[in-house]
Amino acid sequence: MNDALFLHRIHFAFTITFHYIFPQLTMGLAPLIVVLKTLALRTRDPAYDDAARFWTKIFGINFLAGVVTGIPMEFQFGTNWSRFSQLTGGVIAQPVAMEGVFSFFLESAFLGMFVFGEKRLSRKAHWWAAFLVFLGSWLSGFFIVAADGWMQHPVAYQRLPDGSFQVTSFWGVLANPWALIQYVHVMSGAVITGAFVMAAVGAFYVLGKRHQDCGRIFVRTGVIAGIIACVFQIFPSGDLHGRYMAHHQPVTTAGMEALFHSTAGAPMVILGQPDVERKTIDNPIVVNKALSFLIYGTTTAQVKGLDQFPTQDWPTNIPLLYFSYHVMAGLGTVFVAITALAVLLLWRGKLFDSRWMLWVLMLAFPFPYIANTAGWLTAEVGRQPWLVYGLLRTSDGYSSNVSAANTLFTLLGFMGIDALLTIFIMFLLARLIHHGPAALPETQLTGGAA
Amino acid sequence: MATVWFILVALMLVGYVVLDGFDLGAGALHLLAARTDSERRLVLGAIGPVWDGNEVWLLAAGGTLFYAFPGLYASSFSGFYLALNIVLWLLVFRAIGIEFRMHLADSLWCSFFDGAFSAASTLLIVFFGAALGNVLRGVALDSSHYFFAPLWTNFQPGAAPGILDWYTVLCAVAALFAVSVHGALYLILKSSGDLNERLRGLIRWLWPPLVVVSAAALVATLFIRPELLRNYRAAPVAWVIPVCVAAGLWGMAFFTRARNERNAFLASCLYIVATLGGAAVALYPDLLPSSTGAATSITIDNAAAGASSLSIGLIWWAIGMAVAIGYFIVVYTMFKGKVRPGDGYH
Repeated sequence: MNDALFLHRIHFAFTITFHYIFPQLTMGLAPLIVVLKTLALRTRDPAYDDAARFWTKIFGINFLAGVVTGIPMEFQFGTNWSRFSQLTGGVIAQPVAMEGVFSFFLESAFLGMFVFGEKRLSRKAHWWAAFLVFLGSWLSGFFIVAADGWMQHPVAYQRLPDGSFQVTSFWGVLANPWALIQYVHVMSGAVITGAFVMAAVGAFYVLGKRHQDCGRIFVRTGVIAGIIACVFQIFPSGDLHGRYMAHHQPVTTAGMEALFHSTAGAPMVILGQPDVERKTIDNPIVVNKALSFLIYGTTTAQVKGLDQFPTQDWPTNIPLLYFSYHVMAGLGTVFVAITALAVLLLWRGKLFDSRWMLWVLMLAFPFPYIANTAGWLTAEVGRQPWLVYGLLRTSDGYSSNVSAANTLFTLLGFMGIDALLTIFIMFLLARLIHHGPAALPETQLTGGAA
Repeated sequence: MATVWFILVALMLVGYVVLDGFDLGAGALHLLAARTDSERRLVLGAIGPVWDGNEVWLLAAGGTLFYAFPGLYASSFSGFYLALNIVLWLLVFRAIGIEFRMHLADSLWCSFFDGAFSAASTLLIVFFGAALGNVLRGVALDSSHYFFAPLWTNFQPGAAPGILDWYTVLCAVAALFAVSVHGALYLILKSSGDLNERLRGLIRWLWPPLVVVSAAALVATLFIRPELLRNYRAAPVAWVIPVCVAAGLWGMAFFTRARNERNAFLASCLYIVATLGGAAVALYPDLLPSSTGAATSITIDNAAAGASSLSIGLIWWAIGMAVAIGYFIVVYTMFKGKVRPGDGYH
């Protein structure tokens, strides 16, 4: 393996994985905050105002972290992936630039009013500020998924003699079916994170017998939003995404399932470790014929295995792809179980007396982060060895003018800065959660706005 | 069509420097000019509602550059790899310096973030100034229009220069004075009382060296790249630009003395717009000249995206920027006037 290429890949993987810790929470919380603010407007119950205010503070810190870790993403196309940028800028930069022009300006204009402007604005105007920030963050997510969608499934382009890609229709890149399917999957994934985090903090308060009113609102809002998003995540969005992928990237699907040999009535592997050298799965637990059924709707259909494809087109890291996919799908199933149980207890009026369930909700919040990260790993590791699927290989896209040592240097720099950021953010979030939804002393809300 | 995009990208970059310039300048002067906690909170309150939006101009310009001139984006971002990554790190420190300070009313906590904000802002100005110097001076492009510039070599602007040499350092110093004055004039506009008076005093100290380094940078630029005058020779009407630069310089001093705060700030805007506009006119049609011979220079023609991309891009650019300018008008109208202590918003 070429050292420089490997380091450029790790550089992108590390910085984007760290970055996505924050947007998945802010994109997930934004609609929930709008819900809380709507309830506050409707019911005039001040507890909903306290609840919305508390999550707005959490949102503000995470949003800033998303901004400062996100800026390097836009520049990294050029710094670390210059050949790719040069060849595809005429297409992929459309959603990238549109994100800046259509969503960053929107968010930056209304975020300050949203996070700090509650006293200055009327209740309605502040609701609108919250709504516009929600809109901006979801638009932002759309443009990024559209950029990734084009790399996964290139559409609406022509290639010039110099090898570069040029966009041929304004809507083509934005209306890419792959991007639309992936977008709803990504966004409901973010809502799962937001919902679980909200329920976890609520459970923490209810279990600790503090801030009970708000705590119950958090748990209720979290589990109700959670069950909707968790079910939607599997059906229809995950199901649709899986079928579309099996159709357009069959070799990726084979890699995800570690299906080495083409099989009629292919089984689905629930657990097991793929052995790429021997082309087998160790310690397998399988459901017979399930894979054929999930992809084609019949238990007898032939599913293409890796043996149908030339080795150089196989995903480059099949075990990582396989584990990412299985972690994502496995956790997704567990999430449905947790939220279904919690909603059932809520409906029967027993949730707040079921301390075991509250313990589960409190401790479950890290797992949506893991599932979302694993989902993106599935998509991006699954796309390998291509940058633009079927058209441009990863090994042809990196900045060959940047040496391995320089890449390592900036990778270590980002690791250091991200570690520092983590410390500050954990400290501030822990402090906010410790204080709880009761108003913080006023002086501490003076300073800048984001 | 490539020329249109040259103008649009140049406009966005100028917009970035004019807008984020005053945030950065305020940051550079933060420790020097604002002495007490309430004054520092006032500085942060003056830029708090707008700095993030101002920084978006850089992102939007970067994205637009990526789209319209992928060749330049790819070559320059990878070639200036080290400097660009340092800029990204500094942007992190500036942002948390502004935003994390308010969360704790503890003097050590506040001092740390004041320091981070000020140091990061100062270094960002230095790097942006040096970046302009690098673009004017040119870099050692190879036949495929790529390069890799070390942070420094022997500090000479020769055929294989580093990012920092005596010329780009001079540009960085000029930028530091220009942007600091810009920030000071903005803060004068937003402040009153002691802070306002102290900033006026600072202008008296900063303005004379600004005139000197501006002139020195101009002479040095024409000394190392005399061919930058070619467009001025071809179109003498362009000489109005240096006249605007001089008028801006004069206006800052004159209006500050006359206590016309708004015009003094506008004069500084004029100075920045004219200086950068003048540089863009001098460069055109080059985007990044080569120090190894004009054949390898990156120009609007060899770096632009294809014709279909360039025409389709105008649709979203025009709509998006029109809306964005609308947001800016709303935000700046909402927060116009002096910042009073205890305004509540920040």
